[in-house]
Amino acid sequence: MRSPINTHHTAKALPAHGRRIVLAGNPNVGKSVFFNALTGLYVDVSNYPGTTIEISRAPYGDDTLMDTPGVYGVSSFNDEERIARDIILEADLVINVVSSLSLERDLFLTQQLLDMGKRVVVALNQIDEARANGLAIDAERLSEHLGVPVIPTIATKGEGIDRIRGAVLKAFEATPPRLDPDLERLVDRLEAGTAAERLMLLEGDETIAERLGLPPGTEREALYALRRTRVNAMVAEIVQESNQGATFSTKLGRMMLHPVAGLAAAAAILAALYYFVGDLIAQQLVAITEETIMLGHYEPFVRGLVERVFAEGSHMHTILVGEFGLLTMTVTYILGLLLPLAIGFYFFLAVLEDSGYLPRLAVLVDRGLGKMGLNGRAVIPLIIGFGCVTMATITTRLLGTQRERTIATAILGLTIPCSAQVGVILGMLATVGGWQAWAIYGGTMFAVLVAVGTILDKVVPGKSSALLIDLPPMRFPNWKNVFKKTGVKSWQFLTEASPLFMLGALIVTLLQISGGLEVIQRALAPATVSLLHLPPQAATAFIMGLIRRDFGAAGLTSLPLSPDQVIVSLVVITLFVPCIATVTVLFKERGWREALTLWLGSWVIAFAVGGALAAVLM
Amino acid sequence: MPPSLSITLDQARKGDRLLIQAIPDATVRVQVVRFGLSIGSMVTCQSVMPGGPVVLRRGFQEIAIGRDLARTIQVERQAS
Repeated sequence: MRSPINTHHTAKALPAHGRRIVLAGNPNVGKSVFFNALTGLYVDVSNYPGTTIEISRAPYGDDTLMDTPGVYGVSSFNDEERIARDIILEADLVINVVSSLSLERDLFLTQQLLDMGKRVVVALNQIDEARANGLAIDAERLSEHLGVPVIPTIATKGEGIDRIRGAVLKAFEATPPRLDPDLERLVDRLEAGTAAERLMLLEGDETIAERLGLPPGTEREALYALRRTRVNAMVAEIVQESNQGATFSTKLGRMMLHPVAGLAAAAAILAALYYFVGDLIAQQLVAITEETIMLGHYEPFVRGLVERVFAEGSHMHTILVGEFGLLTMTVTYILGLLLPLAIGFYFFLAVLEDSGYLPRLAVLVDRGLGKMGLNGRAVIPLIIGFGCVTMATITTRLLGTQRERTIATAILGLTIPCSAQVGVILGMLATVGGWQAWAIYGGTMFAVLVAVGTILDKVVPGKSSALLIDLPPMRFPNWKNVFKKTGVKSWQFLTEASPLFMLGALIVTLLQISGGLEVIQRALAPATVSLLHLPPQAATAFIMGLIRRDFGAAGLTSLPLSPDQVIVSLVVITLFVPCIATVTVLFKERGWREALTLWLGSWVIAFAVGGALAAVLM
Repeated sequence: MPPSLSITLDQARKGDRLLIQAIPDATVRVQVVRFGLSIGSMVTCQSVMPGGPVVLRRGFQEIAIGRDLARTIQVERQAS
């Protein structure tokens, strides 16, 4: 059988013939904390092919433990569910993590796993939070109902982890649980595939139907209704509620959705982001990493080394340590300027993700995004876009319709600056005039975003889907999770951006040596000098921006610009064409016609808006 | 106010006790049944964004439903 995961680069750390133990559960129930607690140092995090969804795998004794994306059930409503379904279908045992606070929701998946005939161990997690909220849960009775072990756990404190290990060992020795007799009769009528695949077929899963070569079943709603009734009856019996009132986190979560207090909180979070990335990192930290370390110590050192071999003025000297040198400018920009900014942004994003705030933000902005033909969920790719537009473009898959994907992709490609670029922008704006500069830049970008969204909503045919999301409880972020996520994302940034930067720097240096740079600068002068009122050298930044926008933005930092010129050039470089990596993904995800329209449209919109702004300001 | 009243969900107000009567869209029905909501479920209206989504609460669970979708869902407002 074809393995759904591509692990050729790390497979040696994982046992080849062991059993597959899979962690499954609803979103935000603490699965990743379990994963960390159950495994050691050898963790392989790889992107599921064609998605941005990361799957962690690690050895577990002689077996392999795999994490899955959080899902509410095994089916195929979106990418996450399709991936979870495929991993669960091949599981020899499932550790099903359920939240004690939302058993009615979580046990639906549990019951479905049992209906698939899987060996299951249930971790009744967050039992402390349930107690704090006045819930008493009879784990033994639940275990009798389900016919599988149910272990109360507090994963964040490591409580119950050893009992889970023991239960897993025992569950492998025991016979797998019997299916419900009625369901067994239904499933046994079919003759293809495993019991689990037959259930998926009955529930109308089209991918499984195709794999088995049979028409998808029509039993889904009836089976779901039966499962729901069964779970509700179970929960009614095992959960006792004594009303102790809401805890702080419940109250905090509700406050975030208050029409006034919620908006104030969102504004405060934005301000915190500005202070953290735009001031603390872009100003104070970068002053040390870029100026002192890279420009002060690293560059003179590497220049000295190169000059022992290549004389100053030689082509190799220019390529390696010249104005756009591979070893000087490129390394300084990547390590001294962009990496600290990327780390800072990914850290902030990980905190927001881990705290359960993002779905609440989706609720707050649903109405506004509705006017642009999107629903509140689109705020998630838009925010991820501030980290990396390429990743965000793939993430638009979580949106319900092609129409929404087209609109969100266009907004991302045009108006959303990515992490390192945001840092450069915040830094440059801060040096030229504080909040006024910020207001002009931010106002312009916002106006373009709204205009593009509103026009596309009128032009793109079809109907967008409505918001329908479950809101996880707000909680204090788990620092181990946050650091792990930040580390993985920053490493990806480094490995993906560096080769492109090298390529960009090399092209620009070759143009400089051959005299092509001056030709281009002169050719673009009507646009840069006459239209935008910028110095001719700004064209170099735009050429660098063709490769990556953050590279282009970084190129602007070295130009002598007046405050108005800074604002205009930043608006143009933000609206400018997306980076090479994004364009590649654009072509793959949206087709050549949409991708090309967006790419050419970016040129027009960037220079038109920049020109208009220059006319007003200068 | 009469003891109970059939309305669409977008007309609900904060604090209302609601009994879900009808969800016409089959895909939505299948999705919410996994969240724990089905025809006959009793929920509380947790908050309503002005012109935006309606947030329902059931136990410790909160579910946000966009206004356009809320307009299609029939609920019965219970006397408090």
